[in-house]
Amino acid sequence: MSTGNMNLTLKIWRQKNGKEAGNLVSYQVKDISPDMSFLEMIDVLNEQLINKGDESIAFDHDCREGICGMCSMFINGRAHGPKEGITTCQLHMRSFKDGDTIVVEPWRAASFPVIKDLTVDRSAFDRIIAKGGYISVNTGNAQDANNIPIPKTEADAAFNAAACIGCGACVATCKNSSAMLFVAAKISQFALLPQGQVERETRALNMVNQMDEEGFGNCTNTGACEVECPKGISLENIARMNREFYLANIK
Amino acid sequence: MSKIESNIPEGNLEQKWSKYKSTVALVNPANKRSLEIIVIGSGLAGSSAAASLAEMGYKVKVFCFQDSPRRAHSIAAQGGINAAKNYQNDGDSTYRLFYDTIKGGDYRAREGNVHRLAEVSANIIDQCVAQGVPLAREYGGMLSNRSFGGTQVQRTFYAAGQTGQQLLLGAYSALERQVGLGAVEMYSRHEMLEVVIIDGKARGIIARDLVNGKLERHFGHAVLLCTGGYGNVFYLSTNAMGSNVTAAWKAHKRGAFFGNPCYTQIHPTCIPVSGDHQSKLTLMSESLRNDGRIWVPKKQGDTRKANEIPEEERDYYLERRYPAFGNLVPRDVASRAAKERCDAGFGVGNSKMAVYLDYKAAIDRYGKTQAKKLNIDNPTAEQLSEFGKQVVQEKYGNLFEMYDQITGENPYEVPMRIYPAVHYTMGGLWVDYNLMTTVPGMYALGEANFSDHGANRLGASALMQGLADGYFVIPYTIGAYLSKEISVKPISTDHEAFVNAENDVRTIIDKFFSIKGTKSVDHFHKRLGKIMWGKCGMARNEKGLEEAIQEIRVLREEFWTDLRVLGTPNEFNPELEKAGRVADFLELGELMCIDALNRNESCGGHFREEYQTDEGEANRDDVNFSYVAAWENKGNNNYELHKEELKFEAIKIAARSYK
Repeated sequence: MSTGNMNLTLKIWRQKNGKEAGNLVSYQVKDISPDMSFLEMIDVLNEQLINKGDESIAFDHDCREGICGMCSMFINGRAHGPKEGITTCQLHMRSFKDGDTIVVEPWRAASFPVIKDLTVDRSAFDRIIAKGGYISVNTGNAQDANNIPIPKTEADAAFNAAACIGCGACVATCKNSSAMLFVAAKISQFALLPQGQVERETRALNMVNQMDEEGFGNCTNTGACEVECPKGISLENIARMNREFYLANIK
Repeated sequence: MSKIESNIPEGNLEQKWSKYKSTVALVNPANKRSLEIIVIGSGLAGSSAAASLAEMGYKVKVFCFQDSPRRAHSIAAQGGINAAKNYQNDGDSTYRLFYDTIKGGDYRAREGNVHRLAEVSANIIDQCVAQGVPLAREYGGMLSNRSFGGTQVQRTFYAAGQTGQQLLLGAYSALERQVGLGAVEMYSRHEMLEVVIIDGKARGIIARDLVNGKLERHFGHAVLLCTGGYGNVFYLSTNAMGSNVTAAWKAHKRGAFFGNPCYTQIHPTCIPVSGDHQSKLTLMSESLRNDGRIWVPKKQGDTRKANEIPEEERDYYLERRYPAFGNLVPRDVASRAAKERCDAGFGVGNSKMAVYLDYKAAIDRYGKTQAKKLNIDNPTAEQLSEFGKQVVQEKYGNLFEMYDQITGENPYEVPMRIYPAVHYTMGGLWVDYNLMTTVPGMYALGEANFSDHGANRLGASALMQGLADGYFVIPYTIGAYLSKEISVKPISTDHEAFVNAENDVRTIIDKFFSIKGTKSVDHFHKRLGKIMWGKCGMARNEKGLEEAIQEIRVLREEFWTDLRVLGTPNEFNPELEKAGRVADFLELGELMCIDALNRNESCGGHFREEYQTDEGEANRDDVNFSYVAAWENKGNNNYELHKEELKFEAIKIAARSYK
C-alpha cells in the first residue's frame, strides 16, 4: 500500500496486429498518485508516449466502473491484477508501491486472438450466447410478471449467476483456457428460473457444443477461474452445467 | 416559421396510443423480409429494437463500437426501472407515472409521448421477466419495489445495484438469439461515421471497421440511431469512455434537428473528483437516497471528521428545505442544493466540494428491526450495528464496495462523500411521435432522442424509456414509414451518395493525420470539458455562456491546427477514434451554449442564475419558453431555431414544488 506518489517501471506487451509477433517493452512512469486507477496510470503513459511521438498503447476499456467487462489486462501474472473481486478499471495504484516493476500482458488464449497490444478479440463469447444463451420469447408474448412466483433464494441464485460481465478473466486465468465458468453462469441462470425450463436441454447442448467449436479447453477443477472472477461467479455453476449437459445427453 | 410537426395523434390523451396502434399502417410479413433496417448502438434501445424488429421479420444490421453489444453503457445503470404496476397497492397508476414524469421534467416534455411511455411501462417488466431477467423478489416470490426521487410511490423494479446490466443482458440475449437465427447481422467494433441520404431520405451509413480501419457502406430502408447521450462533452461524466455524440451529430449535420441540447442532467450522488488524472466519474445510485441522509456541517469550513460532528451541528439541508420529499427530491433539485452549500463554504473533504451521504441512521433503524426478527430482546450496540450493516449490505452491498474500492474509505463506518456530476442528457435529436427525426427514414431512440424527459429526467426512467422505445414503440411506428417503402428495392452502395459520403469521411480522417500538431486528443477534450462544466454546467449565466462560445471557437481552431494523431488510418487506432468524437463534441458544445443562452428561464437541469426565485429555486417562464428548441444546422457552425410549442391539455401547468 502506498500513500505518496510513485515512480514505476512498466513492462507492457506491444504487438502491432494479429499477424505480427509481439514483445514486452519497458517504460518508466513518474509521480503516479495512489488515487489513480490502473487505467488512468496507462492514460498518463499514453499521453507521455504521444508527446514523444510514439504510438499509444491500445487497450480495451469503456465504463471504467467495473461492469461493462471490456477491460482485460493480465497484470503481474494475474487477470485484472493483484486484488480479488474487481476489474482492472477498479484497481487503484494504492495497491502498488514506489519502485515496483509491473508486467502487463493481454488475455492469453488461442480463442481470444490479439488484435493489437493489450486488445483481444472475445467475439467467441457472443457466438456461444447466440447458440442458446436466451429464452425464446418474442416481444409482446409475456404474461404478467407476477404470475409465476419465484422463491427469493432461487431468484437470488439466478441473479448471482447472471452477474457475469463476460470479461474473459476466467479463460485468461485457466491453464486450459477453458470458458466453462462463463458458459456455466449463463446456463445456470436459466436453469434456476421457471422461465428457462422449456429450452433447458437444447440450451445446454448447443452452448457447450459451440464452446468446444471455439476451441476453449476443458475444466480440470483447478478453480483459478473462480478466484479471478471479478464478480465472484461460483464454481458450483460448472457442476450445474455438467449436470445439465449429462441430463440433456441421456434424454 | 416551424418546419416541425410532432404528429401526436388526435383524441383523448388516454386513447391516443391505443387508437394509433389500431390504425397505423402495417407491413405484411412477406414485405418485411425484403425491408432492411440499420440499427446504430446496442444499448437498451438498440438491442431491444433490433431484436423486436428481427422477430417481426425485418432484415436488421446492428453496429456498435464496443467489442460486444453487451458492453453498451446501459449496462452501468444501477438503481432501477420504473413501471406503473401498482404491485405495492400504494396508489400508483399510469396517470401518476405520467404526471410525475411531466412534473419531474419541469413541464418541458410532450404529454402524448410521456403518457405512451407510462402506458407501456408495465409491459416492459413483463417482457423482461419472461426473458429470465432476475429482478429482485420478496420472500413470497413476488417482485420487489423501491422508491426513487420525485415520486411518492414505490414503482421502481431493480436487480441489486445492477439493474441496467440485467436488463441489457436480457435485450442482448434476445438480440443474440436473432443473430443465431440469421435475422440480425451484428457488426461489433464498427463505428458509424456518416449517414447516407438519397432523395431526402436516410438510406444507409458509412461505418469504419475499427479493427482494420476499412470504410464500409451499408444500405438500409431506415436507419435507427440508438446511440445514447452526449454527456462526455464535459470530459468528466458518469458516461463510459467511449460514449459519444458522433452518430447523432453526423445526422444533425445532414438535416436532423437537435432538440434542447442545453438540457443536461447533473446527478447529485457521485464520488467527488480526486485529482487532475481523473478520467471519469462514478455514480453512486440514487437508490442510496432511500435510506441515506444527506448533510453538511452547520459551521462553515468545519474541519472535524464526520463522526466527530454531533447531531445538532449537522444540517440535513434537503430535509430542511423540502420536507415533503426530503432526501428523495429530483436530481436537479438535489444537485443544486449540494452546489449551493459547497459554494457557501459548508462543503466537506479535502476539496471542500462534497457533502456527506450518511448511513448511520439507516444502520441503526435496520439493526433494531432485524433484532426483533431474530427475537433478541436486549441487543447490544455492537449487535445492532452488526445487524444493521448486514441489512444495508444486502440492499446496497455492491455500491458500498465500489465506494470503498475507489476512495479507500469504508462507508459502513464513515459517511460517504458525494458531489454532483454530469450523468445524462435530456436533449438529443428531435423526433416526432413516431420517433422519426426531421430526416425521413431516420429515427432516434432512447437517450439519443430528446423526447420524454423534458428538462429533467427522474431516476429509473432512462431504462424505462430506452426499452419502451425499442420493444414497444418503434415496432409499431416504423410501419407508418416502411409501409410506403415496400416497393423500394435495395439501393446499390455504388450510388454516388454512398461514394460521396465515404469520401467525406475519408477527407476528415486524412485531415486528422495531416495536421501533425503537438497536442493529444485528450488535451483538447479536457479543456473543452473545463469550459463546459464551468460555464454551461450546473449553473449558467449570460456572460459565462457568451464567453464559453468564444472559448470553444478558439479551442476548435486550435484543435484543427495543433492536433497530433499518430499511427495510420488502416489499423486499430483508438486515438483516431477519439479524435473524430472530440471534433464533434467541439461543435456540439457551442450549440449547447447557444441553446442555454437562448433559454432565458430556469427549468429542470437548465439553471440560469438570472432566473431564480428568492429561495433559489428555478424560475420558469411558461409564457415565453414553453417550447422545444429544435436547432437546424445551417453549416459552418450556424444554427437556426425552430420552436415546437408544448400544449398541456391533461395537466395543469404549475410551479414545481417538492416542499
